[in-house]
Amino acid sequence: MTFMAKPKVRHPSLPKNSLGLTRRDYEGSMSTLCAGCGHDSITAAIIESCWGLALEPQNVVKLSGIGCSSKTTAYFVGGGHGFNSVHGRMPSIAMGANAANRDLTYIGVSGDGDTLSIGLGQFCHAIRRNLNMLYIIENNGVYGLTKGQFSASADVGTQAKKGEVNRQPPIDPVLLAMTLGAPFVARSFSGDKEQLVPLIQAGMRHRGFAIIDVLSPCVTFNDHEGSTKSYAYTREHYDAAVNADFIPFAREITADYSAGESLPVVLHDGSRIVLKKIAPGYDPTDRIAAMAQIQAGMQKQEFLTGMLYLGRGDREFHDLNDMPQRALNSIPYEQLTPGSRAMDKILARFR
Amino acid sequence: MQDRTNDFAIKIATVNGTGSASANTLLMKSIFRSGIPVMGKNYFPSNIQGLPTWYEIRVSHKGYVARSGNIDLMVAMNAETYARDVREVTSGGYLLYDSTWPRPTVFNRTDVTLLGVPLAQLCNESFDGLRTRILMKNICYAGVLAALLDLDLARIRELLAETYAKKQKLIDSNMRAIDLGYDYARKHFACPLPIKVAKLSQTAHHIMIDGNTAAGLGCVYAGATVAAWYPITPSTSLMDAFKGFADKWRVDPATGKKNFAFIQAEDELAAIGMVLGAAWNGARSFTATSGPGISLMGEFIGLAYYAEIPAVIFDIQRVGPSTGMPTRTQQCDVMSAAYASHGDTRHVLLLPRDPEECFYFARDAFDLAERLQTPVMVLSDLDIGMNDWMCPDLKWDDSYQPDRGKVLAVDEIAKLEKFYRYLDPDGDGIPYRTLPGAHPKGAYFTRGSGHNQHGGYTEDSVEYQIVLDRLVEKFNTAKTLVPKPVIDANPRVEIGLVAYGSSDGAVREARDMLQAQGIMTNYMRVRAFPFGEEVEQFLEQHRLLFIIDQNRDAQMRSLLTLETRVEKAKLRSLLHYSGLPISSEFIVTGVLAEVGTRARVVGVGA
Ligand SMILES: Cc1ncc(C[n+]2csc(CCOP(=O)(O)OP(=O)(O)O)c2C)c(N)n1
Ligand code: SF4
Ligand SMILES: [Mg+2]
Repeated sequence: MTFMAKPKVRHPSLPKNSLGLTRRDYEGSMSTLCAGCGHDSITAAIIESCWGLALEPQNVVKLSGIGCSSKTTAYFVGGGHGFNSVHGRMPSIAMGANAANRDLTYIGVSGDGDTLSIGLGQFCHAIRRNLNMLYIIENNGVYGLTKGQFSASADVGTQAKKGEVNRQPPIDPVLLAMTLGAPFVARSFSGDKEQLVPLIQAGMRHRGFAIIDVLSPCVTFNDHEGSTKSYAYTREHYDAAVNADFIPFAREITADYSAGESLPVVLHDGSRIVLKKIAPGYDPTDRIAAMAQIQAGMQKQEFLTGMLYLGRGDREFHDLNDMPQRALNSIPYEQLTPGSRAMDKILARFR
Repeated sequence: MQDRTNDFAIKIATVNGTGSASANTLLMKSIFRSGIPVMGKNYFPSNIQGLPTWYEIRVSHKGYVARSGNIDLMVAMNAETYARDVREVTSGGYLLYDSTWPRPTVFNRTDVTLLGVPLAQLCNESFDGLRTRILMKNICYAGVLAALLDLDLARIRELLAETYAKKQKLIDSNMRAIDLGYDYARKHFACPLPIKVAKLSQTAHHIMIDGNTAAGLGCVYAGATVAAWYPITPSTSLMDAFKGFADKWRVDPATGKKNFAFIQAEDELAAIGMVLGAAWNGARSFTATSGPGISLMGEFIGLAYYAEIPAVIFDIQRVGPSTGMPTRTQQCDVMSAAYASHGDTRHVLLLPRDPEECFYFARDAFDLAERLQTPVMVLSDLDIGMNDWMCPDLKWDDSYQPDRGKVLAVDEIAKLEKFYRYLDPDGDGIPYRTLPGAHPKGAYFTRGSGHNQHGGYTEDSVEYQIVLDRLVEKFNTAKTLVPKPVIDANPRVEIGLVAYGSSDGAVREARDMLQAQGIMTNYMRVRAFPFGEEVEQFLEQHRLLFIIDQNRDAQMRSLLTLETRVEKAKLRSLLHYSGLPISSEFIVTGVLAEVGTRARVVGVGA
């Protein structure tokens, strides 16, 4: 079921994508987050990404758990269905929805609390099933919505606004996802739209589970001195390992990249992601080496960002389960029921 | 003992994991195939090997297939339970035991006939290998019973041939074990006993099927495409059945692809989440679980109620609280299912009485869930779910079309000025919904947080209450759509029995037994919650009501008290919560204890 969106009449100077839609057409309702919240910047990057890819809005499905971060699915692509579920359980909703209709683009937005504490199990198992979705963690090291408790991604030594110091080691979603075999793992920063937009676009086009951990400072509870996820700290300790520029197949631009520096990777839908290696020797297709580098960075308290790992040829959920190309929810009932004629055969076993 | 042809019960005490299940099935099925109504119930431990297990077979030409509460013949194969097994035999009955070893001193009843057969010795002489000898000992007692009860050996041979298909050696050895027992019994006892079977023709157009298999089949027929679950006894076999049938009937012949998703979730929280995600996206989806799973699903069930998402949940009840006795039966989730989740929530429950109803209610559950846009729980139990019940052949009407409820089609959405999710344009409390991907105008935001009738976020008291009050209207509509109670009533009778689910067979037999003593009763079998007007009227029309529950806390009685106008003072409870299926004798005793002697009651009834 697709429907070509009719372009709304807007200011004629607003640029249009190939569907004739402007960026405005990919916006949602007004954000109610704190002014300056990193999450809002990620929302803007998602809008930019969807517009750039010219996704039909109704084919975008937005899923989330509970938290300030999870609220943001209401703030982009108003023409797509959204599902703000329960705390930590978005992956299961995404799994069911995806199983019912594989033809849509699934974007999940979660928080570090939502993913790494209450939702840790579902997050891990969504990866194991290689659910075809883009999973964005808006990671601020705290529970924003419940007013600033440490989350499981808070670094040792981080100070809460009220002065308390975290002594428990963090769970890093990137390393965890790589350990579990996620085929697409990236990290970025809410304030780095240049890096974030291509990553989001690649994640949406990628077939299988794509996760982007986006460091996203909470200006209200985690943007003070002593926090390792503040704007100031993040900018200072930011090491862009691999710059990604996503170029849809249709209009590939390679001029900006000299051969020695770029590593083009073909995505499952035929489009390509071009990875620009900044850190010498970083190979995002070598999982073990990549993990070592990420960990080495962490020891120096630096976030390695960019396209950190990209596996290839992974079979996503539907392939793994021998499911048809056709969306399950579109199969006519007549093809689903064995009908009265089969009943005799079926009952023979019970006589 | 007088002649009890086709009217008796036997119980077989064994150790689980020793192959007795095949012997028991063999016995039960051979009786069924001889045209005689039969009940087979398995009482097994939560363990894989080595603990006591029992199997009860009841034969009834009158078609009573509930537990009677009496045992006419005990097959005592487990020394560990000798003491209690011998105690359970009805006076004048029989006890069959392995006489390879000296007679146990606990077999000290003079009113019970002991039948000793050296089963171990017979099998040791004829078979090699420890494992084979143990297995054959069980087949051997089936042979003894064949002689004692006058079972048809040809039927047994035929069943063995079907079970072991082309493995002629297995058929031969099993048949040899049958003959060993059979010949021994014929030689040493006066066969057959007064308890015996004689061919009838009452099982034509009937099957022996368990409720989980029937429910799983119902889901395939109803067009369910997404099944998500986490293993838990006694619900697991429902999912196994669905998968088995779907693997056969749902595979595209051209591509070999499966037109269904079968997802073993990481826990019940995820299972119900998957069901909701799929249903929200337009697939018929379901899960099966038991009490502990319902507890875990609570939060999501509340979301589904409030955000109005269809879901079908089979709860195969088992003994609680907590892990309880996972392999024993109860009806103990009535309250927790009816009000599952925090906040003001109430849910539609369907209460099947047997596997046949599990099949049809599976279909109805999907129709109701989609029509009402809400979770529907089918409350079965271990007795229905895991035991084979004699049922009329399942039938499928090819004119059936699934009721997908109020889902707007693409062209309908296109014509709208604007789509609002939670309005009530038809006055039945049920809003219209749209599916993702249909049309940008149909997009809305699904949330468990406060929302107004337009689907927008709200914390406004009035807006919030409008939606909450409409949900009450929807629940009232549900009263008119759910299966009606089955009522058997005579206006002159003042005593009413109220039961539901697996108690039905025992109640029906109990009513006949009471009538034989001059006590007339009316009967209402409740088949769903919320309760409709018929339920209200039955309750109103009776002076004295017995509510029959298989739980300690009278959960159905509580629900009736809360949700109908019934006067509490006229309600009595008959509570059976031992973990075994309720028996007719239990009900008779309970009613008699309240209404007293025959003389007192005759005036009331007919
Ligand atoms: C079952 C349940 N427990 C607790 C809560 C309260 N709660 C709401 S949001 C939240 C934490 C959110 O943290 P995070 O996911 O990091 O999102 P952020 O607000 O930081 O973006 C908690 C604990 C809840 N909504 N549900
Ligand atoms: S509390 Fe923090 S995370 Fe929440 S909206 Fe405000 S800045 Fe953002
Ligand atoms: Mg957070």
